[in-house]
Amino acid sequence: MSGISPMIGAGIASGVQVVAVGVGGPMLVGAMRKVRCRLEGRVGPPILQPLVDIRKLFRKQRLRPDQATWIFPLAPVALVATVAVAAVITPLATTRPALGSGSDLFVLVYLLLVGSTLLALAGLDAGTAFGGMGSSRAVTIGALAEPALLVTILALSATAHSSNLPAIVRATLGDPGSVATPQRLFALGSLLIVIVAESGRLPVDNPATHLELTMVHEAMILEYAGPDLALVTVGEAMRLTLLLGVFVNLVAPWGVATTTHVSAIAIGLGALGAKVAVVGVVLAVFEVSMAKVRLFRIPELLAGAFVLALLGVVSGLVVR
Amino acid sequence: MSTSTYASALGLEAAAVLLCAVVTLWRRSLGAIVRALAIQGLALGCVAMVIGLHQHDVGLIIVGLLVLGAKAIVVPALITRVVRADPRSRETQPLVNVPASLVAAGALTFLAFASTRSVTSLVPTAAGRLIPVGLSAVLVGFFALVTRRKAVSQIVGILLVDNGVALVAFLATAGVPLLVELGASLDVLLAVIVLRVLTTQLRSRLGSFDFDQLNELHD
Repeated sequence: MSGISPMIGAGIASGVQVVAVGVGGPMLVGAMRKVRCRLEGRVGPPILQPLVDIRKLFRKQRLRPDQATWIFPLAPVALVATVAVAAVITPLATTRPALGSGSDLFVLVYLLLVGSTLLALAGLDAGTAFGGMGSSRAVTIGALAEPALLVTILALSATAHSSNLPAIVRATLGDPGSVATPQRLFALGSLLIVIVAESGRLPVDNPATHLELTMVHEAMILEYAGPDLALVTVGEAMRLTLLLGVFVNLVAPWGVATTTHVSAIAIGLGALGAKVAVVGVVLAVFEVSMAKVRLFRIPELLAGAFVLALLGVVSGLVVR
Repeated sequence: MSTSTYASALGLEAAAVLLCAVVTLWRRSLGAIVRALAIQGLALGCVAMVIGLHQHDVGLIIVGLLVLGAKAIVVPALITRVVRADPRSRETQPLVNVPASLVAAGALTFLAFASTRSVTSLVPTAAGRLIPVGLSAVLVGFFALVTRRKAVSQIVGILLVDNGVALVAFLATAGVPLLVELGASLDVLLAVIVLRVLTTQLRSRLGSFDFDQLNELHD
């Protein structure tokens, strides 16, 4: 299939990426739950259970709080839409996605921020105490993660002399030794902490809890039901998968397609699925052995991420 | 060993030394801090051995092994016994809170890198470029000494400073003479033993390891 033009090939590749993130996201969440359950000695729901749940929620009645404004129905749609746009432009299965020149790390970060900000506003919009509390906590964590994330991007973009994500992945493929530099390792450590914080996993937030003292994300979306809740669930799963996909392609970009041939994209997709699944399972294993950090200790965790990123930048200045 | 492997191995080990120094400020549990210190000793020994292998210097490899034995095994084991002796002091009580100390560590790292520019230009080798990393570890160690009041934290601070100084010595001079290094290492070992005796005395007199309680005179 070398006859198709690169632009159409890139378009197809990006479409494949969006579908992969949309379907693979809930499956990743299901797989992580399964690993957790098995390690705790339970059988656990099947890996496809989140997809089944989402289908069930889509068939339910649309129910919204009386006092809610237009922000409440907008937030889930915006969340899924921004993550889908991010999945179009990021190099997940191929390093030549559609609109690749716009696939900047800063663009990616702020695209995802649009979705989470709207979700926080929606938490306040319903006018309940829990929603406001959840929004307040989520925004606090997000604000603490932001400086760490920005410095991490600075450290990551120093080796490739560009903050363009496909360019960074291509530069890593061209020079595999650059993964094992202190600069990159510090930055990736920081990135992993930020990803865990942003996607509301343990030890920052427990996605399985509904205990009012500890829940963060669940409190924010407490008023959502039916199709709206399905969209929020899909959006969150997609965001986790997208962030982990970016992470694995920065750690080990091998297997990712550098052309827009159908066979190369298929291999890239398989490699992406395998790598994300491995990282997801490792995260789930760590989550079992970890307790949730007290809310007031989260700044310590994220300050650690910030200093790691800072060390990455500083060591990049001398260690070449 | 090729030059690029040598440079990247050295870079990774020096980075590990600095990372362990920051981890001692990050974690609260003394057990985790002592583990970080052991890993730092391991990385330091590896630095000496890698330089020794690169320069075919058997003496330096022996020094590396001795450093590894003393700083990665013996000293952490001694401190662990002190920590285990008093179950009430398993956590540090820093005077400056953890996020602020971490930001301070970042600032100190910048200071170290900015102030050693002229030194690194004097030693234009792969090892010489890493001197600021060692100096950062020294500064972080001083910071730990100033802001942590428990006896065990003080020992950890002294060891951080010592590890940083040893790292700078290895990187700048490609290994000090065996006798000097042995003298320095034994000095630290002696200091740890003295501090251990001191902490035991402190606990039997005051019931805690807190140096701040020595501010007042007692009968």
